[in-house]
Amino acid sequence: MRYSLLNVIVNGLTGNRFTGPAWRDAAPKPAYDVVIVGGGGHGLATAYYLAKEHGIRNVAVLEKGWIGSGNAGRNTTIFRSNYLLPGNQPFYEWSVKLWEGLEQELNYNVMASQRGIVNLIHSDAQRDAYVRRGNAMRLSGADAELLDREQVRAMMPFLDFDNARFPIKGGLMQARAGTARHDAVVWGYARGADALGVDIIQNCEVRGFTRDAAGRVTGVETTRGTIGAKKVALAVAGSSSRLAAKLDLRLPIESQVLQAFVSEAIKPLVPGVVTFGAGHFYISQSDKGGLVFGGDLDGYNSYAQRGNLPVIEDVCEGGMAVMPLIGRLKLLRQWGGLCDMSMDGSPIIDVGPLPGLYLNTGWSYGGFKATPASGWCFAHTIARDEAHPLSAAMRLDRFATGYVIDEKGVGAQPNLH
Amino acid sequence: MRIDCPYCGSRDAHEFAYLGDATLTRPDPAAPNAAEAFHDWVYLRDNPAGPHSELWYHASGCRRWVVVARDTLTHAVGPTRFACAAAEPREGDAR
Repeated sequence: MRYSLLNVIVNGLTGNRFTGPAWRDAAPKPAYDVVIVGGGGHGLATAYYLAKEHGIRNVAVLEKGWIGSGNAGRNTTIFRSNYLLPGNQPFYEWSVKLWEGLEQELNYNVMASQRGIVNLIHSDAQRDAYVRRGNAMRLSGADAELLDREQVRAMMPFLDFDNARFPIKGGLMQARAGTARHDAVVWGYARGADALGVDIIQNCEVRGFTRDAAGRVTGVETTRGTIGAKKVALAVAGSSSRLAAKLDLRLPIESQVLQAFVSEAIKPLVPGVVTFGAGHFYISQSDKGGLVFGGDLDGYNSYAQRGNLPVIEDVCEGGMAVMPLIGRLKLLRQWGGLCDMSMDGSPIIDVGPLPGLYLNTGWSYGGFKATPASGWCFAHTIARDEAHPLSAAMRLDRFATGYVIDEKGVGAQPNLH
Repeated sequence: MRIDCPYCGSRDAHEFAYLGDATLTRPDPAAPNAAEAFHDWVYLRDNPAGPHSELWYHASGCRRWVVVARDTLTHAVGPTRFACAAAEPREGDAR
């Protein structure tokens, strides 16, 4: 069913009795052309673009729990393309472009709101770095604007401009960045993929893989039986190493925990996304009014989906340094997600390393914004057995060849990216 | 999370800096397959969900490296020992 104003009104007045489910609860078939493991944003977007752009519709998306129950439901919902390096920036800019048209594309309200992001500048050296970054962004076709202190003040008068240690001297703004409703993104892609014939199979955990004598991956063993596949694609943020281990593969990844926080709801205060440049703290305001914020990783390997108190204190200290008024707010919720921290902080979208296998992993803590472009490029990679030009640098073998994409320049230290 | 430092006793994990997997051994740079071995050592990890042997540096304490047995699924911290005691002497090492 195509959603329109008319049927929203009609269905609203009739208690949504005739709306019907947005996607089928599919039972697994014995085999598919493509099996995508992981029913998060990336997996579902991949299925959608495989069906839509490449005409491959005999596709299943397998999800251990319910779709969107992993990192798609544990992020801070920001999209932006303020990257520096040529291996990253055009990819993320394409993602922002897809975000801009996503609601029309999916006929689904993902609540994408281009409210802008401002990276605050606290020193002359930082201004130089952000000028360079802004220029790199504009070279890739993205928008970037350098704000002086008064422009930032006019936008966000509540910031602590005269902080003795970290005075605010300006900001780098990307006006086209914004936030979206994370669940709606998952549901929109699921509904779109389902309408094109993709089977979305929930409560179906992959326990292992089937391989032929030549070593080719020929399917998956799941809690709902063995499913054959010409191609098996992994999009399992947080669990990539666990699944790779079942194929005797070791990945350049450490799974670490990142915490995020929501305050009680208040009246509209923060106009867009703000990042503190002297520590690690970023904040935006949800449409419900809660302040959504986060900061550093806890910094150690973890699959626990929860963090520890010292990092909560650290994040809140960062918040208090840049906008002291949040000290009066109560914390409503706090959660942790599993981040596949790659060794250079950049993702991997690649064919292989085994025949019949395709990898989408290593999103570190930046996977949400990439959802549309990740699906777009991964679908291309699966359909054509070659990298998409926008993700051509995001190869698994870049660590061996030396072509790492190290935005932060800290080397093979996953907890520092 | 509290870590039982062999020298200082039980301390908050915040006093420590984390390095990662303690089971990795620096390969021999003179070996014929050194480039591949160093790639594996620098970049590849087992990244297990469950028991993990890892290196923590007691930066705000005795400043010694400690090998900690910790479960990555539960964050339960187990036995600890000094990294220098854990290091196995290899053939050719100066004694």
